[in-house]
Amino acid sequence: MDLTTFLIQCLNAFQYGLLLFLVASGLTLIFGIMGVINLAHGSFYMIGAYLAYALAPVVASAIGGGFFATLLVGVVLSVVFGYLLEWAFYSYLYERDHLQQVLMTYGLILVFEELRSLLVGDNVYSVEIPQVLAGSIPLSEVMTYPTYRLFVSAICLVLVGAMFWVFARTRLGMMIRAGASNREMVQSLGIDISFLYRVVFAAGFALAAFAGMVAAPVSTVYPGMGGEVLIICFVVVVIGGIGSIQGALVAALLIGFVDTFGKVLVPGAAGVMVYLAMALILLWKPDGLFKAG
Amino acid sequence: MDKSKGIFVALVFMALALYPFVGGGGYGIDIVTKIMIYAILALSLELLVGTTGLVCFGQAAFFGIGAYAAVLFSGEQGAASILWLLPASMLAAAVYALAVGALSLRTRGVYFIMVTLAFAQMAYFVVHDTPLGGGTDGIYLYFRPTLGEKLKFDEPLVMYLFSLGTLVFVFGFLTVLLNSRFGRALAGIRVNEQRMRGTGFTTYPYKLAAFVISGGLAGLGGALFAIKDGFVNPELMSWHLSGAALMMIILGGLGHLRGALIGAFAFLLLQEFFKAEAIFGEFAKHWHLGMGIVIIAAVAVLPRGLVGLPEVLRKRLAGSGGGESRIGGLKSAQGGAK
Amino acid sequence: MNRLNPYKLAALAASLLLAAAPAYSAEKLKVGMMLPFTGTYAKLGATIKNGFKLYVQQQGGSLGGREIEYVEVDSEANPAKAVDNVNKLILQHNVDVLLGSVHSGVALAMAKRAKESGKLLIVPNAGADGVTGPLCAPNIFRTSFSNWQTGYAIGKAMAEDGHKRAVAVTWKYGSGEEQLKGFKEAFEKGGGKVIEELFVPFPNVEFQAVLTQVAAAKPDAVYSFFAGAGAVKFVKDYAAAGLKGSFPLYGTGFLTDGTLEAQGADAQGVKTALHYADQLGTPTDNAFRAAYSKAYGDQPDVYAVQGYDAAQLLKVGLTATGGDPKKSAEFAAAVRKATFDSPRGPFTISKSHNPIQDMYLREVKGDVNKVVRVVVKALEDPGRGCSMK
Repeated sequence: MDLTTFLIQCLNAFQYGLLLFLVASGLTLIFGIMGVINLAHGSFYMIGAYLAYALAPVVASAIGGGFFATLLVGVVLSVVFGYLLEWAFYSYLYERDHLQQVLMTYGLILVFEELRSLLVGDNVYSVEIPQVLAGSIPLSEVMTYPTYRLFVSAICLVLVGAMFWVFARTRLGMMIRAGASNREMVQSLGIDISFLYRVVFAAGFALAAFAGMVAAPVSTVYPGMGGEVLIICFVVVVIGGIGSIQGALVAALLIGFVDTFGKVLVPGAAGVMVYLAMALILLWKPDGLFKAG
Repeated sequence: MDKSKGIFVALVFMALALYPFVGGGGYGIDIVTKIMIYAILALSLELLVGTTGLVCFGQAAFFGIGAYAAVLFSGEQGAASILWLLPASMLAAAVYALAVGALSLRTRGVYFIMVTLAFAQMAYFVVHDTPLGGGTDGIYLYFRPTLGEKLKFDEPLVMYLFSLGTLVFVFGFLTVLLNSRFGRALAGIRVNEQRMRGTGFTTYPYKLAAFVISGGLAGLGGALFAIKDGFVNPELMSWHLSGAALMMIILGGLGHLRGALIGAFAFLLLQEFFKAEAIFGEFAKHWHLGMGIVIIAAVAVLPRGLVGLPEVLRKRLAGSGGGESRIGGLKSAQGGAK
Repeated sequence: MNRLNPYKLAALAASLLLAAAPAYSAEKLKVGMMLPFTGTYAKLGATIKNGFKLYVQQQGGSLGGREIEYVEVDSEANPAKAVDNVNKLILQHNVDVLLGSVHSGVALAMAKRAKESGKLLIVPNAGADGVTGPLCAPNIFRTSFSNWQTGYAIGKAMAEDGHKRAVAVTWKYGSGEEQLKGFKEAFEKGGGKVIEELFVPFPNVEFQAVLTQVAAAKPDAVYSFFAGAGAVKFVKDYAAAGLKGSFPLYGTGFLTDGTLEAQGADAQGVKTALHYADQLGTPTDNAFRAAYSKAYGDQPDVYAVQGYDAAQLLKVGLTATGGDPKKSAEFAAAVRKATFDSPRGPFTISKSHNPIQDMYLREVKGDVNKVVRVVVKALEDPGRGCSMK
């Protein structure tokens, strides 16, 4: 592998890792703060991608359209939907055993996937890349890099920054951190913990759905897309250390590199590399790379 | 297990034994055979999850290794004897379980779940991506094994009764095991491992032994599956099957062997029910929807699984409201997982 | 015991289920369709079913004097459940004919059970070489293709187009590897050389890493196998990486079949080989396409053709046996003798019961796969491992 190819592969890995982080961040929030193992997180991602596809014509006829308008409407809808979902289902799970959570969220996967089939159908769809980002940047004499992928990476980086800022600097972040470590104390301080959880859950849902919407133009929209992303997200969350945003970021980048270079260096056994990496890391650090405080 | 529950289980087994002779048609026999084999898988997992508190998300790997071993050991020359084929398949699964357990028991909680998943996925990709077991398309059995001269496993009834016998054996074995000193130690580990260790008890070998036994039993189920179907495929090791096995025991009710049994039957019969075109017509294609709704409802009204159903009903009938009193203690276990 | 017993409930539900199955009628012929109706391949399952039913409708609802009735089972494209699902059709519904499936692993399991039970099986899609190889039997037929056939055709076409050095990209997956074998056989025979084989774990759809490797290898052309959502994404990513202008993209037909709408402009000019193409323009094809879109309000694809031809094959066999699919030898003899007037063009059935058919090189133009030329006339799968003569 020459140097140019190597550098391009690094860029690929970095870009894929950031995309993984975007999906996994919501999972680690919900998992770390509310203690809910949410198998339906992949479905949230799927819902987001299908929103990007299904909303586009609706938004176009209502307010003139455009990818970013669709994105905005999609985010608002998913916050509302996440809020309702927490109220209807997840709020009953906090007191339950982890395994009860696993069972119920598995039930939700089945329901979401069938509703998707009933409402949108089983076709593969593509979502148009917005015109301004449709170009590409030359990297080597034959290879170019799509601008949209760079844009997705940029969005991820902005979100990483925003999340760190919210957690470290804002009152909301402080309440969330306190709520994660001591539920009763936060309640005694007069903070409405149920409302706080509802907000965090809605944010987690919106993050996953947003990831789905942003990824839709590059990933296409298809049945079963949620299931594929779910397991890899759990891998990211667990390697990083549950509830740790830094951990999720580092782990996502790591998985991005393992996956990319696995395909290049050991093409016959690339599938196993990610899991091999996870097993090795957890045997070395049984609580993940960054143990959340 | 108190007396009425013992009677319940005995009645179930008796009903199963009579079923082929009182109107169980060809398909009925086939599907109950399959469910009994999955029940063996569920029981093996119950030993880890319900009894010892170790949530394994890679049970399908042991099941699959048992299945592949049964096919690979059978060879192409002629029918093997089940008397060595089953133990050999169990051994293959148990050896892998020993390696996986020895490493993964260093972690706990959710991390343990994910490490077991990782090892199962590795096994999956080994059979999926190498020609060892026929790759993605899988391999098939040339000859089904025999037991002596008379009993041939090509015969569905032989397969049915042998699977039932194996299920009864596994159930009996686990019942005895759980009532032994070993079983009580496992229960102690589930309730409070810290305290067990505080009193100078080394828990690791007990957990590892449970893991190996569980892997071997799952391998036994897998071998039966391979003999019944005559065909094995990498999907037997996929995380979907590990997940399904977990769903069965949670649905049935954790902490009870009969929960695994009830769960396996309920889970698979519900699938059959929702897939039935005779009842749902065109909508049978969307059978996942019905499954999902039932599962969500089950979590909502049956926090202890189906084994808790009689109690919930009794309370409802007596008018004393729901049965959600025993939940508080579970929160602390969750704190430990973080 | 006076308490409500969950097992009894379940048993009750099961027996209800068995009792509720429609009563068997001696005159009607039951066709058991085991196709994916949920999940990734759901669309394929639906079009195969539509194609099959269309032909039966055109024949007035009966074939060879037997009225046709359907039983459908969702195969879920899951080989681990395949044997159960076939058993359900054979044992519970007592079907006369098995039709399935899309997924190769499922089809192999069905073939195994068909071989054991002697039930007539028609495979309307899955290309696994083994179905008409080691597992071949007098009562097993295929109306689609073998993986070897599609790979061989595109390999020959690439060599004929003057390409010498090719990179192969495929999912690490049974069908992908079988097609790759056929491709290499023909491409190397034509003087070409495969300089690098790249694999993507199935069903992973992150292609940037392999695309970078393709760019670094600088081949004359690229061969690829992907299907469904993977095909859509691969074609789009290939174009977005700027490779389309430098290295022409070839593939087996699944790369651009049923996916063109989603692939859009990025698929333009991609060349693939298959036993069917859009706008063949033959009278049979025109009539078929008109009837299909009239019946279902949708354009047919290759899967619909394969389903349609499965029903044709059934008719030929049933007519010869007086409506009895159990007469395997007579059924097979009639089918082997017949020439099928298919929308894809006429085809016959080989000794191993796979279609002997023309393979087309197609190029994507607009929203259709347009025929460039016939690459191989009457290509016959070698049927390696099949003992039928």
